[in-house]
Amino acid sequence: MIQIHGISKSFGNVVALQDINIEVQEGEIFGLIGPDGSGKTTLIRILTTLLLPDSGTATVMGLDVVKEYKNLRRVFGYMPGRFSLYEDLTVEENLELFASIFGTTVEANYHLIEDIYKQIEPFKSRRAGKLSGGMKQKLALSCAMIHQPKVIFLDEPTTGVDPVSRQEFWKMLKSLKKHGISIFVSTPYMDEASLCDRIALIQDGKLLSIDTPTAIVGQYEKEVYAIVSNKKHELLQDLRRYKDVESAFLFGSHIHYSDQKVSFDPRELIQYLEQLGHGEIEVDKIEPTIEDCFLALMGNANKTADA
Amino acid sequence: MLPIIFVLPMIQLLVLSFAVDYEIKHIKLFFVDQDKSQFSGLLYNQFEASQYFIINDFSNSLAEAKESMQRGDCDQILVIPHGFEQDLYRDGTTDIQVIMNAIDGTKAGLSSSYATNIIMDFNRSLIVDFGMQSSLTATPEYQQIEMDYSYWYNPELNYQAYMVPGILVLLVTMIGGFLSSMNIVREKELGTIDQIHVTPIKKHYFIFGKTLPFWMVGMVEFGLGLLLAKLVFDIPMVGSIFTLFAFAGTYLLVVLGLGLLISTITETQQQAMFISWFFLVIFILLGGLFTAVENMPEWAQQITRLNPVRYFIEVNRMVLLKGAGFKDVASHFIVMSIFILLINSLAIFRYKKGS
Repeated sequence: MIQIHGISKSFGNVVALQDINIEVQEGEIFGLIGPDGSGKTTLIRILTTLLLPDSGTATVMGLDVVKEYKNLRRVFGYMPGRFSLYEDLTVEENLELFASIFGTTVEANYHLIEDIYKQIEPFKSRRAGKLSGGMKQKLALSCAMIHQPKVIFLDEPTTGVDPVSRQEFWKMLKSLKKHGISIFVSTPYMDEASLCDRIALIQDGKLLSIDTPTAIVGQYEKEVYAIVSNKKHELLQDLRRYKDVESAFLFGSHIHYSDQKVSFDPRELIQYLEQLGHGEIEVDKIEPTIEDCFLALMGNANKTADA
Repeated sequence: MLPIIFVLPMIQLLVLSFAVDYEIKHIKLFFVDQDKSQFSGLLYNQFEASQYFIINDFSNSLAEAKESMQRGDCDQILVIPHGFEQDLYRDGTTDIQVIMNAIDGTKAGLSSSYATNIIMDFNRSLIVDFGMQSSLTATPEYQQIEMDYSYWYNPELNYQAYMVPGILVLLVTMIGGFLSSMNIVREKELGTIDQIHVTPIKKHYFIFGKTLPFWMVGMVEFGLGLLLAKLVFDIPMVGSIFTLFAFAGTYLLVVLGLGLLISTITETQQQAMFISWFFLVIFILLGGLFTAVENMPEWAQQITRLNPVRYFIEVNRMVLLKGAGFKDVASHFIVMSIFILLINSLAIFRYKKGS
């Protein structure tokens, strides 16, 4: 479906992507997960023929993104991170514009977008610029789908969208999958990773890991403990100063802690914290999340880079 | 936006054509009569009758007149010296003095020649009415040379007939050049151009679709402007209107090409605006509208050869006022065609490279 071999791209002195290799299977939801500035958008722009890579090759549906970009543009849909439809056209006009550019009609492919489009259809004579964020997103997805693409690229579709709409949006993606459409989606939200079939973790233009979400979590060897105490602010610093600490990261109201030793005894840690004046300490063993894995992988990558 | 595109240029055409007027009327004259004779009275009457002069003060003191000019109350001082009539009777010749405020050189030059004309008329009337061989000269500026003027193509020396066709060109240029470059750069700013680029749409379709509306707006604008020129200013339209529209259509392709070129080398509307202004100011000032091309220094005249505005203004004037036909302006068409080829190929080359 999508094959990426050794793609690199630099902007001046800034290395945006470094030797990226990814293979995406047909009909899967593939998530590209990474923080802001990690190279997600650059990779998507290369795959959507908007940017030329410095080196490496990539094919989408067997079509080379550089040499066969003309044919390629017929088979994929693209939804950029920023809303970029014509704000001074109405919802309906935007949809018809993109349908006609692809030489098709809204009616011919209505079944594909029906689930999404019918939610904004009551506003079809409203200008796109006057829509709310969630509705803009639905319109953008409809426009990206109107030519019956085999694969769609979504660049941070849920950034700046409220939690309810985010959930809705992922439901829509799941339903698109049923139509046999492959989905390549980037997001900075770790919690969305588990909704993908497979994910690639990316940081500073380098891939850290590619696998299914469960496999990535499974690779995480260390045990993770969620820790709270009554001295929230000092807790993180104190844990990081603990002699056997592997990692300690803030997750909402908890701190996720991993120890270097396999024979980790929580009681020792509690003792250490009590000496420092912490009270109401709770240490619970939890299942690691994608974010734990990502933070660990990031830490490793930084260590290798420092060494 | 659409009403603005049509209404504003028309307002500009109306206001500018009335305001930019090199005809100088109502020159404020201080009449210093130290003779107080029949002849000085006659001269006074002739100046008063002229539509160019307003005698706004009268005295026999030159010092007073100078003060008045210092204050800015008068533009010109005419001094009839003591013994004016007597000298004319006795010697058949005498001098009068004309003093001008020459801060505005154009105005000073014109008002002095208006004054000369009136004094020449006075001369003639002396000969006819009094049978005198007189020769009255105004010093110090010029020698009296009898000239017989005949103004062709614009017999009444109507400045509007001269200005309106030129101003019309500027308006069409603004619509064509400015709006088209802004429009494409705006798509870059909004990101909509990316959404278009990922579609299989052909580049020349996109360019065509982006420029055709402005071509049409430009043509309609030109037509409206001509209509106003006829109805409001009664500009003579001697030549073929078809030739004029054909040239306007050709000219717009040059300007649109320039707009497209600007849009390919800029990323924001601000940059596009700045570069458009850069060209527009040069085009206007070196276009022959405010300064006739023949009056420019040689190097500037050479630059105007690259200025499409100059050609369009020339064609407009030639066709409207002189009745030039297609053959007479064929060379202008050829130059425009070369511009079209050069600018558009460059723009399309840059556009393709950019995406």
